[in-house]
Amino acid sequence: MRYPWFRLGIFMAGCLFPAWWLYEASVNLLGPDPGKVLMDRLGLGALVFLLISLCMTPLQRLTGWPGWIVVRRQLGLWVFAYIVLHVLAYLFFILGLDWGQLTVELRKRPYIIVGALGLLGLLVLAVTSNRYSQRRLGARWKKLHRLVYAVLGLGLLHFLWIVRSDLREWAVYAFIGLLLIVLRIPAVARSLPRVHRRQGRSA
Amino acid sequence: MLIKLSRSSECKASEITPEGLYLSRRALMGGSLAGLALGTLPGNVLAGEPSRYPDVQAGKAPAWFAEKLPDTRWQAVTVQNEAVTPFKDATHYNNFYEFGPDKGDPAANADSLKTEPWSVVIDGEVGKPGRYALEDFVKPYQLEERVYRLRCVEAWSMVIPWLGFPLAHVLKQVEPTSKARYVRFETLEDPKSMPGQRSGFALIDWPYEEGLRLDEAMHPLAILAVGMYGRELPNQNGAPLRLVVPWKYGFKSIKSIVRISLVAEQPKTTWQGLAPDEYGFYANVNPTVDHPRWSQARERRLPSGLFSPNVRETQMFNGYADEVASLYDGLDLRKNY
Repeated sequence: MRYPWFRLGIFMAGCLFPAWWLYEASVNLLGPDPGKVLMDRLGLGALVFLLISLCMTPLQRLTGWPGWIVVRRQLGLWVFAYIVLHVLAYLFFILGLDWGQLTVELRKRPYIIVGALGLLGLLVLAVTSNRYSQRRLGARWKKLHRLVYAVLGLGLLHFLWIVRSDLREWAVYAFIGLLLIVLRIPAVARSLPRVHRRQGRSA
Repeated sequence: MLIKLSRSSECKASEITPEGLYLSRRALMGGSLAGLALGTLPGNVLAGEPSRYPDVQAGKAPAWFAEKLPDTRWQAVTVQNEAVTPFKDATHYNNFYEFGPDKGDPAANADSLKTEPWSVVIDGEVGKPGRYALEDFVKPYQLEERVYRLRCVEAWSMVIPWLGFPLAHVLKQVEPTSKARYVRFETLEDPKSMPGQRSGFALIDWPYEEGLRLDEAMHPLAILAVGMYGRELPNQNGAPLRLVVPWKYGFKSIKSIVRISLVAEQPKTTWQGLAPDEYGFYANVNPTVDHPRWSQARERRLPSGLFSPNVRETQMFNGYADEVASLYDGLDLRKNY
């Protein structure tokens, strides 16, 4: 296995955040509505992991270091793991495990529908993230995994529809997401400097 | 022969406290309460005083507040079988967008609000318009403690002991004209002390505005509050003067009021202007009319534990239906949400 420490570091980070939040909740550091805070943080954490995973390809192009691509799958799986926890927190803390209400929410609330579609997309990506699927799907695998851009769009829309009064936080994430998409436009990607050959300053 | 079997939950005659003793116990408690009240006389205001509520952070009460506090009618209105929300939660989980969009922002940022001196403008369709210094504005009224449920439109709720006086008393004092049909309220606009008003991404068109129909405003449950938990209002809770309308969603209970206007037309209100399909002028707590983005049938009563979420059914008019439902006879509450 290449770059074991880099992989391990990311794995530890992925584990540590939810564990830390759970600890904070247990000692009443999350305020009077800890379930809601936990749910929000898990959703935002998933978005952050998604944006980080989308940074890997541009970083690899920029620096030439192959380590970035090596951890991309793990980062993607963390997005999925956080979203699964986010949904569980929603079911438990917000819905109080009221399944009848869930079917109502899934029919009536646009932001829940968009979120559920995003979850489905992530599920497909997670299930086909293994080497076996990569071999089976061949060229189609790459196409299928472009679904990640749709998931990002759905996630940002889901986030936008929760905003009540101030767009600043959302705008920051949306801008970063947009930037990462723009960097993938072939013309833009070609014009990116490649620092690893020149040993110069980065970017 | 009659055989009597006693159930374990029944108490024996010998266990009943004699009435005389019971009454003297009440006298004792009353006496200690009086002692407490004496202790809060000017001079040693609140500092080091045992509070009526646990873990209340002492503030710096303005002189006018300290003078009024001993004459307060404590527990003038209470709620049955409901625990008062801990002070820490009621003061650190707030929506006060003037100080930032997150629940913790008001507690972190509201120190910058200067509440002394403060004045309130009364204008519009009134016989006695004017700008009143806050201490003069509150002078005529005895403080009452009102323990009310507070239901936020975001589906969480608390129980808070307010200190204030009926809005109706103020309105009668300023003599509304026959044209006055609504009351409009306005929050301070001061970007220097209110960081949320400096945000370029805020969707709110400052200043924050709210309104009531005149008969709603005259209802004895509607109060202007100047304190909570036996002390003056903390800044993040809307110091120094705020509205509390317990049968409506929390956003109607406007904070840090600088202007009260009596008007002929229904005033525009902040949230209605921002998202008219989500927030109506009436905003009565109503479990049968959902917010477009979430259900209003239930609420999380805070504090809601991590492993025992405190989710409960929301009550019509937040449990004040007996008192206020008649205000809305013949009104379609589904249309007038």
